[in-house]
Amino acid sequence: MSEVWSFFAEPLGYAFMQRALLGAVLIGAVCSVLSCYLVLKGWSLMGDAISHAVLPGVVLSFVLGLPLAIGAFAAGLFCAVATGYLKENSRVKEDTVMGIVFSGMFGFGLVLFSKVETDQHLNHILFGNMLGITPRDLVEVGIIAGITLLIVIAKWRDLLLYCFDPAQARAVGLPLSVIHYGLLVLLALTIVASIKAVGIILVVAMLIAPGATAYLLTNRFSRMLMIAAAVAIGSCVIGTLLSFHIDGATGPCIVLVQAFAFVLAFLFAPRHGVLAMRREQRPTA
Amino acid sequence: MSSAPVFLAGASGAEGVVASLSVRDVTVAYPSGVTALLDATFELGAGTICGLVGVNGSGKSTLFKAIMGFVTPSRGQVRICGLSVNQALKRCCVAYVPQSEEVDWNFPVLVEDVVMMGRYGHMNFLRIPTAKDKEKVTESLERVNMLRFRHHQIGELSGGQKKRVFLARALAQEAPVILLDEPFTGVDVKTETAIIELLRQLRASGHLMLVSTHNLGSVPDFCDQVVLLNRTVLASGPTATTFTPQNLERAFGGVLRSFRIEGGDLHDDHDARSVTVLTDDERPVVYYGEGGPEEEPLRRTDKGA
Ligand SMILES: Nc1ncnc2c1ncn2[C@@H]1O[C@H](COP(=O)(O)OP(=O)(O)OP(=O)(O)O)[C@@H](O)[C@H]1O
Ligand SMILES: [Mg+2]
Repeated sequence: MSEVWSFFAEPLGYAFMQRALLGAVLIGAVCSVLSCYLVLKGWSLMGDAISHAVLPGVVLSFVLGLPLAIGAFAAGLFCAVATGYLKENSRVKEDTVMGIVFSGMFGFGLVLFSKVETDQHLNHILFGNMLGITPRDLVEVGIIAGITLLIVIAKWRDLLLYCFDPAQARAVGLPLSVIHYGLLVLLALTIVASIKAVGIILVVAMLIAPGATAYLLTNRFSRMLMIAAAVAIGSCVIGTLLSFHIDGATGPCIVLVQAFAFVLAFLFAPRHGVLAMRREQRPTA
Repeated sequence: MSSAPVFLAGASGAEGVVASLSVRDVTVAYPSGVTALLDATFELGAGTICGLVGVNGSGKSTLFKAIMGFVTPSRGQVRICGLSVNQALKRCCVAYVPQSEEVDWNFPVLVEDVVMMGRYGHMNFLRIPTAKDKEKVTESLERVNMLRFRHHQIGELSGGQKKRVFLARALAQEAPVILLDEPFTGVDVKTETAIIELLRQLRASGHLMLVSTHNLGSVPDFCDQVVLLNRTVLASGPTATTFTPQNLERAFGGVLRSFRIEGGDLHDDHDARSVTVLTDDERPVVYYGEGGPEEEPLRRTDKGA
């Protein structure tokens, strides 16, 4: 019993762990609600693309002395818009275009980084530095997460209809392009907020795994949102504490726990899990 | 504008609107260079079921996209209920029943959620359903006989049941103009009859329906107007005068299978009667004698292929 208690209590005795935990939970929550839309809309790669594309923006912000978030956000959005433009104006499919745009921007970012003198560690940008989160970072994350969560809670039905049936969204008078770009802006904002904590490479996991896990567990979107949030927050707490005890990097630990949650759902989900589907097939087979 | 049969369903957006659809000189070209529609022109009024027929690739879905504002015509204009496309959509004047292939059936939404999506235009900013919205959903599901399935995930339904759910959504939307893209593919005769009966009721209450179909045989059954399409409007007007073997030959060309059996071929006596069977591999249309189509076309008995 006391071991369980100390698993939670010991890390929380440190201020940096308290901040890490709070940051992780905020980021986990906001990524998880967006992940539900990304998974259903088939935009998983878009999350990956925007996060990689952020790198040159980050480096240019150092050079120009701007807040990190501004450059990152601009670069992320540029990637999304450029992808849309290239897709509309060529015969190449969206996923291909996206691959070219984001890897190009990522490469550009790496080249820029090697040419620029900074006190930043590339490792921290790529993989995050959860334990180094400052109170100021936390405020930034809090504001972005708060705005995104508010918008999604207010507009989740509109976003859902947009993903499910754009034609119907039009037919009931929803402004499609506002929703489309709105969703991209929220995505870019969320990625920017998450980068300090989990880094460019791993943020995509936070943007996919909770939604995918929840998708296996329910047939109703409103529940999917709640399950995804619960899974993400739980994983963030466990992952952060785990990283303290095994002295591992925090971001990867969280991602690992989320992947584990997905595997559990994949195996044991009551209706859409493999075992349940086996059981259903057996009597007829 | 209010002298014609005013749309009466009491839809908040479309209240007092008279159903009408005017397509004038509409030309649509895709970025790939294909001109899918060229100078398409026709007019439809309230209380109409209009069949939209043409071969694969003749531009039926493109016409729907132009009416829904998904593609912008490079020339010409579409007006719905006297309004521009965007105004009409804002006021919820158009409901759309999609082709089954366009829907992701694994989406985590229940039947009642889908039907509720028809109500969004009537709801407040947060889209929280009121008692009236819920009532409309129940009523719409009841009208298509799908109330029992309201808590099923949409992928758990049969093809015909899926069609009926989307029809219920169009009903819940209370739009004066309803577009149906091939509502009868993969649907058995019983469901087809039920859908047609529902369309007739809607016609009686002043709705305007545009229905694309390959079931030539059912067209004279329930459509009072027809538009024959092949990149452009070949003919449009009342079924009796437009849906003729001559026009169908023009619309379908070699694609259509045509059998004509004349009385003289069967026996030696003089006999002016003849039977013509036209089919594009769905249910055939059958003409007796020299006149227009009969009220009851012959039902398909074989696959025709
Ligand atoms: N997105 C698109 N991009 C380019 N060309 C297209 C596109 N959609 C349709 N077309 C072309 O436009 C023409 C009309 O297509 P449309 O889908 O409107 O036909 P349809 O009458 O609905 O056919 P079907 O009976 O098979 O449903 C076709 O030649 C098609 O190749
Ligand atoms: Mg079509």
